[in-house]
Amino acid sequence: MNRFAWPLVVFALLVVMFGVALKRAPEKQILKSALIGKPAPEFILPNLLQPDQTVSSSAIKGRWTVVNVWGTWCAECRAEHETLLQIRQEGKVLMVGLNYKDEDGAARDWLAQLGNPYDLIVVDHEGRAAIDWGVYGAPETFLIDPSGTIVHKYISAMTPDIWRAQFLPLIDKGAK
Amino acid sequence: MLPEIGQFAMILALLLAATQAFFGIAGAWKGNSRWMSAVYPAVAGQFVMLALAFGCLVWSFVHNDFSVRMVAGHSNTALPIYFRVAATWGNHEGSLLFWVFVLSTWTVAVAALSGSLPRAFCGRVLGVLGILSFGFLLFSLATSNPFARLQPAPADGIDLNPVLQDFGLTIHPPMLYVGYVGCSVAFAFACAAMLEGKLDQTWARWTRPWTTVAWMFLTVGVALGSWWAYYELGWGGWWAWDPVENSILMPWLLCTALIHSLAVTDKRGLFKSWTLLLAIMTFSFCLLATFMVRSGVLVSVHSFASDPARGVFILAFLALVIGGALTLYVWRAPLLRSQAGFDLTSRESFLLFNNILLVIATAVVFGGTLGPFIADSLGLGTLSIGAPYFNPTFLLPMLPLMALVSIGVFSRWKRGGLGDSRRRVLGSLLLAVVIGLALIVGVYGDRSLLGPIGVVLGVWIVIASLVDPLDRLRRGLSLSPAILGMTLAHIGLGVLTVGVTTMETRMLERDVALRPGEQVQLGAYTFTFEGVRDVEGPNYSAKQATVAVAHQGKPLATMLPERRNYWVQQTSLAEAALGVGWRRDLLVTMGEDLGNGAWSLRVQVRPLMRYVWLGAALMAFGGLLSTIDRRYRRRVESTEAQTTSQPQQGQPA
Repeated sequence: MNRFAWPLVVFALLVVMFGVALKRAPEKQILKSALIGKPAPEFILPNLLQPDQTVSSSAIKGRWTVVNVWGTWCAECRAEHETLLQIRQEGKVLMVGLNYKDEDGAARDWLAQLGNPYDLIVVDHEGRAAIDWGVYGAPETFLIDPSGTIVHKYISAMTPDIWRAQFLPLIDKGAK
Repeated sequence: MLPEIGQFAMILALLLAATQAFFGIAGAWKGNSRWMSAVYPAVAGQFVMLALAFGCLVWSFVHNDFSVRMVAGHSNTALPIYFRVAATWGNHEGSLLFWVFVLSTWTVAVAALSGSLPRAFCGRVLGVLGILSFGFLLFSLATSNPFARLQPAPADGIDLNPVLQDFGLTIHPPMLYVGYVGCSVAFAFACAAMLEGKLDQTWARWTRPWTTVAWMFLTVGVALGSWWAYYELGWGGWWAWDPVENSILMPWLLCTALIHSLAVTDKRGLFKSWTLLLAIMTFSFCLLATFMVRSGVLVSVHSFASDPARGVFILAFLALVIGGALTLYVWRAPLLRSQAGFDLTSRESFLLFNNILLVIATAVVFGGTLGPFIADSLGLGTLSIGAPYFNPTFLLPMLPLMALVSIGVFSRWKRGGLGDSRRRVLGSLLLAVVIGLALIVGVYGDRSLLGPIGVVLGVWIVIASLVDPLDRLRRGLSLSPAILGMTLAHIGLGVLTVGVTTMETRMLERDVALRPGEQVQLGAYTFTFEGVRDVEGPNYSAKQATVAVAHQGKPLATMLPERRNYWVQQTSLAEAALGVGWRRDLLVTMGEDLGNGAWSLRVQVRPLMRYVWLGAALMAFGGLLSTIDRRYRRRVESTEAQTTSQPQQGQPA
């Protein structure tokens, strides 16, 4: 073979390797949270809309639940808000909001202004609960099955495509 | 309104880039001079459009237009104005627009300064640059639109990552980008030569100044990045072999090889196909670096990694541009023949070894950087590669390279054997050993092996580089900017080597827990912790410690490290206090509050740290100096005249 062709051959091999790596990347993202397949962490946190009450983790047992980490300071959260409203309308899951490092007043204003996509909102001012959940930013979205096991985690803004491709199949499979 | 104007300007720029690419390459191919003339207005128009688009984006940041998603995501009303401007390129979308804007600026410079080059060649160069600009603009518009709106607009933004709120960072990425994009000029020259099927010594002479300027910016960029890591990240690390740093180092190593290989092609008409390949590889690594840092291939910072469309586009773009150039290479490189031969110990040989060693060093870094990533994604398990791999394997090619520099500067073109210079080589080595050992044993009392070797090699480079220029001055000959620049750059390398080895082998460091009034001893330095107070910044509050430093009992300085809490991002960040000097740097970093007024502190003494930056600065300045040499501005002469004239020893390489 022409010796000047070697660089092209090596480069082609690298491209193929990168291509394979890229194709596998979405699968790897699912595996990222060490909590997948483990029981959802326990918590007892104040209820945003009824501040004198607390909510414990037993409230999310027994049905498919989405836990969405959000804050009014988070621009990506605003971007996913519309999608979250649609998911609640769909009614397949219990929507739980984890209001993360936020101010209660600002959070209530946000919901009044944009609509409330959550059935239940718990408040985590200090981010203590978020540490148990392995959260490192917002937005993050967890899917929890009726036995209380975390089955999926998605980082960054939820979109209808992601919901259909990554979340719904898991729920439908579990329902059978 | 302005964001929409900016976006519209980007679309117009995309169309103009397509025009530039088509008329440049097709015009030269058909020999149609009217088509080739159409390239210049396209270049100018594209520059105006991109300046407008970039201006609109900067304006949105400066005026806190949080309806633009990028502004909301990366800025904040409490952020000082210069950081809001810098936030424009402190993110994926904005940095892409900045990249194309810089490319357009380089293209204008090439179009304006290449009046004396053959028109068809110029057309091809500008055409290739047009293809690159088109690809980047398409990528930006299709997957990473910087002007995307957010409805409804939030009242305030998320703030810029606190780590990035720093002066070093406001200028580090622009410098690097100017360097990366500068390498695209050498790449375009290489592609144009391959399209033409002709490459002679004049080609190398046209390419050299552009490449050297790009190399200078890369040097400054690497040094600034390292400097920023050193004083901002807080733990005093200046080079951690992390993927981002490595991605910057690889193009720099290759570009260093390229400027030396171009010298041989320019002076002797040799290494033609090798020079072409290096030009392609250098730019490929610049592209890789651009995408690696910003696309989130390596660090999946939230939204970056979540968009697979970006990854696919990047891969396709790299495959087309680099694959296209390498295909051209397979076809054209066999046609390039060099007649001239050279001896084993001639200057050509030394520069060839220089190239081989630099490419090996690049391969070492490449393997260590992408190896774990590839192994992980192919399911071969996770590897962790760090300093224990990089330090020894990188030194393996670098130590011989240092020695080669010192001998190589004495070598002659074409003829081997060093001639009369043999005595000077030995003399300079002897002097270097004496000075180096005196420095190490006398001043620092070192017993490690690597320290003396590194210092002797560094001192040797400095001495060897000085011999010939001093000799010329003694004989009353003038020093051209090219020789002066080369000498300075080599001295810079020597100074850098001395600085790095001394600092790495002689560094003192301790982590201590101190109560107010307690002190810690580090070498001849005493650090006394005097207490902590609260201070307020524009967008953070901080605990500031007061640490008094004394040298051999004499009070020397008061250092004020901080631990800052940024309000908006709720991030805590240590701001190290630095005491810099010609002999050593002192560093104090605050750790945790241990209660009862006690704090954990890290104190460091780093000898000769400043010489690392000084060396890099000398290298960059040397590069700049050599590009102003008159021979690069001479009108095109016939190639034959160059080949027959025998370049003498001591001419700049």
